[in-house]
Amino acid sequence: MRADAARLAFRGRTASIGFAHGQFVRVDAGASGKRAAGSPAEEAEAFRNAAHAASRQIAELATVAGGEAAQILEFQVALLEDDEFLDPAFGLIDDGVAADAAFSRIVDEQIADYNSAPDEYLQARSSDLADLRDRVLRILGGGESRSLSVPQGAVVCADDLPPSRFLEIDWSAGGGLALLRGSPASHVAMLARARGIPMVVQLGSVPNASVALLDGEGATLELDPGAEQIGLFERRREVHRKNRASARAILRRPAASWRGERIRLLINIQRVEDLDHVDAQYADGIGLMRSEFLLDGRGALPDEEEQYQAYDSVLRWAGQRPVTIRTFDAGGDKPVAGFTPEREANPFLGLRGLRLCLSRPDIFAVQLRALARAAVRGNLKVMLPMVTAPAELEAARKLFAEAVASLQARGVAAMFPELGIMVEVPAAAMAIADFKAAFFSIGSNDLAQYVLACDRSNGALASLMDPLHPAVMELIARTAEHGRRSGASVSLCGDMASDPRSIPALLDCGLRELSVNASALAQIKQTIDRLSSGGSGG
Amino acid sequence: MDMDMLETSKTNGEAFTGTVRLIHAVGMHARPAVKLTKLAKRFQAHVAIRVEGAADWINAKSVAKVMALRAAHGSMIEIKALGEDAQAAVTALVDLVAADFPEAGH
Repeated sequence: MRADAARLAFRGRTASIGFAHGQFVRVDAGASGKRAAGSPAEEAEAFRNAAHAASRQIAELATVAGGEAAQILEFQVALLEDDEFLDPAFGLIDDGVAADAAFSRIVDEQIADYNSAPDEYLQARSSDLADLRDRVLRILGGGESRSLSVPQGAVVCADDLPPSRFLEIDWSAGGGLALLRGSPASHVAMLARARGIPMVVQLGSVPNASVALLDGEGATLELDPGAEQIGLFERRREVHRKNRASARAILRRPAASWRGERIRLLINIQRVEDLDHVDAQYADGIGLMRSEFLLDGRGALPDEEEQYQAYDSVLRWAGQRPVTIRTFDAGGDKPVAGFTPEREANPFLGLRGLRLCLSRPDIFAVQLRALARAAVRGNLKVMLPMVTAPAELEAARKLFAEAVASLQARGVAAMFPELGIMVEVPAAAMAIADFKAAFFSIGSNDLAQYVLACDRSNGALASLMDPLHPAVMELIARTAEHGRRSGASVSLCGDMASDPRSIPALLDCGLRELSVNASALAQIKQTIDRLSSGGSGG
Repeated sequence: MDMDMLETSKTNGEAFTGTVRLIHAVGMHARPAVKLTKLAKRFQAHVAIRVEGAADWINAKSVAKVMALRAAHGSMIEIKALGEDAQAAVTALVDLVAADFPEAGH
């Protein structure tokens, strides 16, 4: 029994939290069977009919789904009504290509085009195109089988699942989604989170079973569980339910505190629309806005106006709250065409972050001007990444002063914001007192990577890559101590701030400001609250 | 592309143009693109758009083409229309983009 239980537990990655205990049902993504092609005229007719039928089906789904899901589907309907999109398929059909092959070809070209974009959002849209393609092919293949017959509350297992298949399933009684591949960034993951459906992705391969337990928090799938497994699962589910309810309530309370000291909880954002997260409003400010999203390729680097608009919109959102914007942190694992060096033997130890910006003052000056203009709007703090020596900070300060002066000379409103550094190079942490910075923000991801000599993206090193290693913690404590003595504020914005298990150690070594992902805000606030009232973390 | 008609044909009425900044946070992506093409289709006029200074105009009634523009947050969008209701089309589209693609109708 026990051996069986161990064998039938699988671990993947969390895409949506929550718990599901139900019938285990396998579903395919809706591949089509072979069909016999007719004459070009017949194929054109078949294609026209299939496009109409698909359009009708999707419109129906959109009506049922509503909200965000409807908007996703509306894009597919619009494509089916777009002659410029469909005409090349009719062209191929005229040339004797079968309807299904013709449509596949034009959609696949579009998918390749979307995937070639460095823009993550556009890449994610390619799954909508694949969804549309598969639906039309299903109809052409005669498999008009509309709704999936999935019993209510089931744990649905598929290789991957397109958004419209997800919407065909009745989730009103709960249930869960276990994907063998898939990604937490996909559209279907977004839908699952919006609906509160637990979802685990990248499970690898999984045998058939009749009953499943899906734990979206632990990212596990257990098949045909015994009574003991079910008991443990139900206990975890209950703890989760209580935690969530109280975490949401805690979020609405004004401030986190620990041993009578105020703890500031800020959020990290990747791009402007991250502010749409429902919990973002409860943050004490923005502890890290990454500006690299502005470098999403498309050939040209963003001009001053485009950057200014982005920074300004975040400052407007924040009102009086502080907003820390990090200057371009390109290079390393974030190459940008036309900006980062082409062939570096070791890019993580190469020309990245501030080093790169100082080597390209033409590009850096544009960003500094945009930031100086935005500084007029609110409480802006500008953070320099990958600083090794005080001379780099001073060089950046000089360029910043020049940017402010040039704007003011032209009569443009501009201000010199607070200038601080990210502490991620071990040398900077060790010689922290040499930096005349207004604030310090500890980038614990890179700091741990450099201190432990472990590539953080290398899964084989996962057990060594421990940010709670005493050597890393000593550098964090040293930085916090310097802040207390000098009066400069110190925060930590790496992933460990979003991990409840790290919170006791971070508070113990003197940090009073943490910047976390918006989705972790409630949990971290609750963790601090518990520690404060003497409980254990997590 | 058929938008060349805009450049050559003078028989169908006057061409109107407008320019507007794209303030939508993620740029001209699926939802804004659908709204823009839907509105453009309500007009008889040929309507074309491009990111300011780009070489080619594209058909503002094609959602696939509008997506392929990959117009980013903060970019300037040029709108050009030719035909009976060209002026109304340009005004309506400029308003839509300037108002950041509002949810409730128009």
